[in-house]
Amino acid sequence: MVAVTASLEVSGLAFAYPDGHQALFGVDFSIARGERVALLGPNGAGKTTLVLHLNGILGGGTGTVAVAGLPVGKEHMAAIRQKVGIVFQDPDDQLFMPTVREDVAFGPAAAGIKGAALEERVRTALERVGMADFADRPPHHLSFGQRRRVAVATVLAMEPEILVLDEPSSNLDPASRRELADILRSLDVTVLMVTHDLPYALELCPRSLVLSDGVIAADGPTGELLSDDALMRAHRLELPFGFDPRSVTMGA
Amino acid sequence: MGAGHAHRLYRHGHSPVHALPPHTKLAATFLFVVVVVSTPREAMWAFAAYAVLLAVVAYRARVPAGFLLGRLLIEVPFVAFAVLMPFVAEGERVHVLGLSLSVNGLWGAWNVLAKGTLGVAASVLLASTTELRELLLGLQRLKLPPLLVQIASFMIRYGDVITDEMRRMRIARESRGFEARGVRHWGVLAKSAGALFIRSYERGERVHLAMVSRGYAGAMPVIDEVTASGAQWRHALALPCAALVVCLLGWLL
Amino acid sequence: MHVPDGFINAPTSAVTGVVAAGALAVSLRGARRELDERTAPLAGLVAAFIFAVQMLNFPVAAGTSGHLLGGALAAILVGPYTAVLCVSVVLLMQGVLFADGGLTALGVNITDMAIVTTVVSYAVFRGLLAVLPRKRRSVTVASFVAALVSVPAAAVAFTLIYAIGGTTDVSIGKVATAMIGVHVLIGIGEAVITALTVGAVIAVRPDLVHGARGLRQRLRLRVNGALVDAPAPTAPVAARTSRRTLWVTGLVTSLVLAGFVSFYASASPDGLEKVAHDKGIDQEAKQHASADSPLADYGVKDISDARLSGGLAGVIGVGVTVVAGSAVFWALRRRRGADASPVNTGV
Repeated sequence: MVAVTASLEVSGLAFAYPDGHQALFGVDFSIARGERVALLGPNGAGKTTLVLHLNGILGGGTGTVAVAGLPVGKEHMAAIRQKVGIVFQDPDDQLFMPTVREDVAFGPAAAGIKGAALEERVRTALERVGMADFADRPPHHLSFGQRRRVAVATVLAMEPEILVLDEPSSNLDPASRRELADILRSLDVTVLMVTHDLPYALELCPRSLVLSDGVIAADGPTGELLSDDALMRAHRLELPFGFDPRSVTMGA
Repeated sequence: MGAGHAHRLYRHGHSPVHALPPHTKLAATFLFVVVVVSTPREAMWAFAAYAVLLAVVAYRARVPAGFLLGRLLIEVPFVAFAVLMPFVAEGERVHVLGLSLSVNGLWGAWNVLAKGTLGVAASVLLASTTELRELLLGLQRLKLPPLLVQIASFMIRYGDVITDEMRRMRIARESRGFEARGVRHWGVLAKSAGALFIRSYERGERVHLAMVSRGYAGAMPVIDEVTASGAQWRHALALPCAALVVCLLGWLL
Repeated sequence: MHVPDGFINAPTSAVTGVVAAGALAVSLRGARRELDERTAPLAGLVAAFIFAVQMLNFPVAAGTSGHLLGGALAAILVGPYTAVLCVSVVLLMQGVLFADGGLTALGVNITDMAIVTTVVSYAVFRGLLAVLPRKRRSVTVASFVAALVSVPAAAVAFTLIYAIGGTTDVSIGKVATAMIGVHVLIGIGEAVITALTVGAVIAVRPDLVHGARGLRQRLRLRVNGALVDAPAPTAPVAARTSRRTLWVTGLVTSLVLAGFVSFYASASPDGLEKVAHDKGIDQEAKQHASADSPLADYGVKDISDARLSGGLAGVIGVGVTVVAGSAVFWALRRRRGADASPVNTGV
């Protein structure tokens, strides 16, 4: 991990919700440019809360987050939100515009891009996820897997520094799951993938972080972490039946 | 109230009426209804003329008569009210088949029936030849406050999602043997409504997060604009203009 | 009770359109205070919720059912301004998409169902909360009363509008009796459902109930074992200043409405003169009208046949009718002497 500028730097992050429930208890980690990292953790570990800190949606606790050297805070908010592309878990939340094209255009348009440049961004982003033919369809007429891919495109259109995916494989059938993996592998951006789908993490991410009870409990090569039975048990992480991370050979 | 099947209202087609820009159609429909409402009720022939005008539009839009008539049923409650009017209205009375009817009430019933039906028919024609998405663009173009258009747009985008959630909750209730049979079960239903509100609101919050994550700062970026040529305006406004002529004749004759 | 085209004459429709537009403008600004830049998605989703919940059937008895109208519920849950916007958008969409409610009657429908219900229910709600002890139960009780009052209030508003610009000379006494009598019954259903729903939301997410804000605790964070005070919350908790504007809006709206009552009274003198000798509660008309009135899209036709129609309902019905009736007559009396030729109101 030779980091020139870290894409993402999180230190001492703690946060509680207004109802008093504390989700983060001091989180520290950093991700180098171009890395693909999985953030693993059981339900309720604070994964989504952490994600919402990365582009300053949540804040007001203690600690700092920096994206490409830029601290996340009020003064750089617009720049930060261009740099951090979050793909949320439910594509229905992400796709709020009446048509796919407008939805993909939303981010760049909000950043002031217009006309032909905007069309170009939209077209490229949709092509990268193989959804160019669906530009004029309303999102709710697409299948779940298609919606997830469009959701990725909405973020790609912003040309982010780091792509953050919240449970990208949830509710996908095996074929859509593989298609999405191919798309993610083909992208040349830093990726932070929040998931409890361990085989998917192993397939896509060389490095993993384990978030448990609001702190980073482990940080290392994905294969090693998944092979550490004691660690896995301690943090309620379970591999699917019959899956042995030691027997999997990683392609790239 | 016919809600929940928004997509069934629109009839896909390529007629000249479908092709008109949405704001011209909205304006034309609205003006037409205004003219109809302003027509004196004694000019019965005028309403027949309006109906003919609408029939011409329906024909050009290739909206089948059966479809149009079916959609008119939304009006039925007010038909009942209209039927009631001759019995309760004041003024001189006539006796028909042994029933004492108010002349004024008869006129009133006719008035409500004729104007209401024409209004509904005009709206139905608009909805069946204009896509939802287009309608929103049209409303935006007609200078409805942007925030209202946005709210309407979110409502339409998530209307199906929310009704779907409601349906799933009902199925979940029924799967566990619950069947609402009377007032005693209102508590359970209200809990569902409460849960539905929480889900809707939380989804609103998540949608907002997704928007903010992509740079939303209170104003929707304008991505699509609709424009209309003079010829398109003339085509669309032909309907209310023809109606206006009829209306003026109705006042003069 | 979506009013179709041709039910209210054109001038009155136009005036209510102006009233509605004004109220919407005020609400647009107010909603930004209630929800800041979250207005569009949140109000949109709440509108979708209201749209959906109007389809949720509450069985009454023997195969009949009613549904929620939602004005009071929206006002209590998300605040009056946002509620006005949500209900108005629902009405607009129902009018444009489903032809449910006439396009020219949009002003009437919005004034009646979006503005009057929310403003009245929210005013009642806040008023009661100010008097009642600061407990969750009070919120439920206040919701009940607010919703109970809001529906007949809408009926009163409708009656007023009808008195000004109704196209048929049905005596205002009869309209008022039918509308208000029926809507008191609807109001009871609305009140029960609203109170239960607000109660259900408060039990799970009290922070989401606009009307129940103010019972918040100071946050403490635990960082690596040590307790740290969280920075003071940055977001304003509730738009406190909104109440005064609300009252002013409500007052202005009623003044405008009352003003037009007297202004337009001469337009339909026939019906209004009848009011004088019809002002007693015409029991027969009530029976008849409320049994068949389609204005009640609540399945009330059957409610009024059921046991509910007795007892409490009757008492409240008569009470509200008298109050509303006097309000109508008070507004009209000043113009009663004015004599005019029986002009037709189909203008």
